[in-house]
Parts: sequence; structure tokens; C-alpha cells
Amino acid sequence: MIPINRRHFLGTSAAASVALLGGMNRFALAAGANLSPGVPAGVGSIASMATLPGKKPLIMLADRPPNYEAPLEYLRTPITPNDQFFVRYHLADIPEIDAKTYKIKVGGDGAASPLELTLDDLKKFPAVEVVAVNQCSGNRRGLSNPHVAGVEWGYGAMGCARWKGARVKDILEKAGIKKDTIEVAFDGADGPVVDKTPDFIKSIPAWKALDESTLIAYEMNGQPLPHFNGFPARLIVPGWTGTYWMKHVVSINALTKPLGGFWMTAAYRVPLGKFPLIARFVSQETAVNTPITEMVVNSLITSHRDGAKVKPGKVTVSGMAWDGGYGISSVQVSTDGGKVWTAAKLGQDLGRYALRPWSFELTARKGKNTVMVNATNKLGQGQTSELIFNPAGYHNNVMQNIALVGA
Amino acid sequence: MNKLIFAILAALIAAPAAADDKPVALKKAPGMEAVEANCQACHSLAYIPMNSPFLKPAAWDAEVGKMIKVMGAPIDDADAKKITDYLKANYGG
Repeated sequence: MIPINRRHFLGTSAAASVALLGGMNRFALAAGANLSPGVPAGVGSIASMATLPGKKPLIMLADRPPNYEAPLEYLRTPITPNDQFFVRYHLADIPEIDAKTYKIKVGGDGAASPLELTLDDLKKFPAVEVVAVNQCSGNRRGLSNPHVAGVEWGYGAMGCARWKGARVKDILEKAGIKKDTIEVAFDGADGPVVDKTPDFIKSIPAWKALDESTLIAYEMNGQPLPHFNGFPARLIVPGWTGTYWMKHVVSINALTKPLGGFWMTAAYRVPLGKFPLIARFVSQETAVNTPITEMVVNSLITSHRDGAKVKPGKVTVSGMAWDGGYGISSVQVSTDGGKVWTAAKLGQDLGRYALRPWSFELTARKGKNTVMVNATNKLGQGQTSELIFNPAGYHNNVMQNIALVGA
Repeated sequence: MNKLIFAILAALIAAPAAADDKPVALKKAPGMEAVEANCQACHSLAYIPMNSPFLKPAAWDAEVGKMIKVMGAPIDDADAKKITDYLKANYGG
């Protein structure tokens, strides 16, 4: 017999787990997932538009564990609606959680006064709001050249929402965080199918956990979090990639020693020195690599797909730009392959962690027109013209250069 | 209690095929049964075609090795060989 993990069958009712799967049986499938050009050929044979309970159709790359990305159309607004937000899990045992009995255990060897929080307790802390991009570390992995193993995401493993919750700092202070705490670890209710599979537990440096904007969020765009985005509460780590944004948080541990385990020591690492990153996770660095931290500067054209047909004449191209939380300062567009750059018009500023809309009006000719985009942040960092290859396909911020066909 | 848990486990393992109206159809070739019997206890078979056709033989060995050694998949040596041979022959690059 396979050593199935019994934790959740004992912790939650088996009937609830089966009921959830029953709900998933009622998937409405829509044909024709519009995949990003450049993903591995095999993706086309398994991807389809599919509807999880409570969601609009997303591009399903895998149903178990569920990994669904947003089609380009869902990223045309600076706030991504909850039912259009992408879904990403590592492990397939995902319990439905009863908000009435839900608790977060707060402790660790760096906490002098361990405590337990109910959802109501969480709501008693000062409520803080932040608009922040949640982007999977491996967003655009499918575009890596050469291809690398993993979930072969196109452009849509990202979204941006207004998150509301309690500061992790306030929670840790109540738990008597000690000065020698170096990391804070978070575990979610989701877990592995087989006992021997390492549970997905992640830590962040103490300085990031204590940041004013690092939250345990119980609201997403004014609503409770969707089940598949971490109900009842998830970690929000503004500026940092999604791997740290633990869903269904059930424990917070202040640690005086670095967290171990596969998901920290082997996964989610980037080679040292390859990316222009400011935020460091020093307690987890090795001589050769470092945990992924903040997002690199990036932009996405959302108004048109590569090869889209346009009418010759005035055409408005628009999209989004974002970075690791320093704020976007400009978005430059080139229609001649990168020789001449012109500033795009920036849209509403929802804060330094948010998606920043931009738009640019060009005059399309008959035949092929090209549109290349490069965002710059307030540190002066921009996007890259050539892929910075790394074995896990992280931090792909290659400038897009799409064709618009005037006809 | 064990019987109940096993029944639920069986239902869960059977679920992936039912959870999606369009189950993942792998290429019919020797070793496919070993893949179906071992891999989908923990994850959809979609991960295989999704990661093709680009992984070299050593990379498929590494993936299956990772599933057994790191992820704790209870796969015996005979099945592991069938699985890697199948993946290299049908989903290699």
C-alpha cells in the first residue's frame, strides 16, 4: 500500500475532500487554449481551457496538482479579478478549509510566546492593504531556450490584486519574536499525497517578514480569497516571486537557524551574480546559488498577440509593467527593432508593487510592423534583450518584440 | 479505519481520469502501463507531454530519479527502468 498522507483525512472530513473532487468533475471544458508562442510543442497536446469551481476558464496545464495560467485577455487591467487569477500548486492534497475552525499556529524557537490565531483573531490586528503582483517564479519558463523541465508556463502565471490582511510583523511581535530570529517559515494546509514527499514549507528572511507590507491576507479585491488562491488566508510578500506567498497558511515559525528541506535548499534557486537583484536572502546563500527573491523588471503587451492583424493607421498598443517593488519609472517602445525608443504613456499608479498600465500609439503600415517594449524601474534597471539562461527557467524578462500585420 | 482510508485513496487515485473530461492519453508503447500505474498517484500525466520533446535521456533519468529519491515515490527498480525507457523513447528530445 502506498503510504498515503493521512494528515488531511484525519484533519478534515474525507467527505469534504471527495466533495471537492466531485466539484472538479463538473469542469466545463472550452476548446482552444491560446498558448504563448515558443512553449514546448508537447504543451499543445495537454493544455486546454478549463474551469475550476469559482473560476472563469483558465489555461489548464495540469489538473493535479492544479496549475492553470491566465490567458492574455485577463491581464488587461491593473487589478486581476479573483475569478481570473492564475492557480499554482506543488502538491495534490489540497483540503477545503472551514473558516470557523481554521487556526494558524505561531511559534518557532525565535518566538517567546507561541500562540494560535483564528480567522477572527487575524482580523483584530490593524488591517493593512497593498496592491501587489503575484508572479510565479517560473512564469515564462516555457519560453526558455533551450527548454528546461518544469511547469511550462507561458506569460500568464501572474496576476495583481488588492490584498488586505494583518502585518506579519504585528503577529510576530505578539508572539514575542526574539532578536536572533533570522528567518520566518510558513506552512500551508496543502500537502503531499505520499508521506515521504517533502511538504512545501518556505521561509523568508526576518527583515522581509518584518516589512510593513508583508501580510497574512484574508481579503483579495474586497472578497474572501478564492479556495484556489489560498482561502482563508495566505502570505503576501510584495515584490518577491510567488514561491513565498504560502497559501492556506497554518503555521508561522520564527527561526534562529536557516530552514532546510528540498523546497529551500534545492528548489527555487538562481545562480549567484546572474541577475541584477538588490534583495538578498543571505542566510540561504551558497557559494554558487541563492534563493530567488524579488522579481526582475518586466513588461507584457496585453492588447495584441504576436502576429495580430491590424488596420493600417493609428493603433494603440498597451500592456503592463512591474518590478520587485521599486516602482516603474518609464516604459519605452521601439517600432524599428530597438534603434529608436519612445516613451509610452503610463497609466494609473496603484503603488510600487502593482502592475503599471502603459499605452503607446503607433502608425501601422501595410504588412509587418514590429513593437518592442522595455520597462525601467526607479533604480534604473531595465529588461534584458537576450535570455539570461538558468537551469530552472526563472526571471525571464526578455523584451517582447511582436509583429503586427497591417492588412 | 485503514480500510476507509484505502477506499478514499483508491477514489482519489482514480479521480484524475474522471476529474477531466479529456484525460491525458499517453503514447501507447511498451512501458506505458508502468507509467500509468506509478506516476499518477501523485500527479497528472500531463506533466510528461508538457515536458516534451526536449529532455535528453540523462534528463529523463534525472527526473525519474528525483521523483524516487527526493519526492519519495515508491517505485521499484524494475518499474523505474520501464518508466525511464518509455519516457526516453516516446517523449525524449
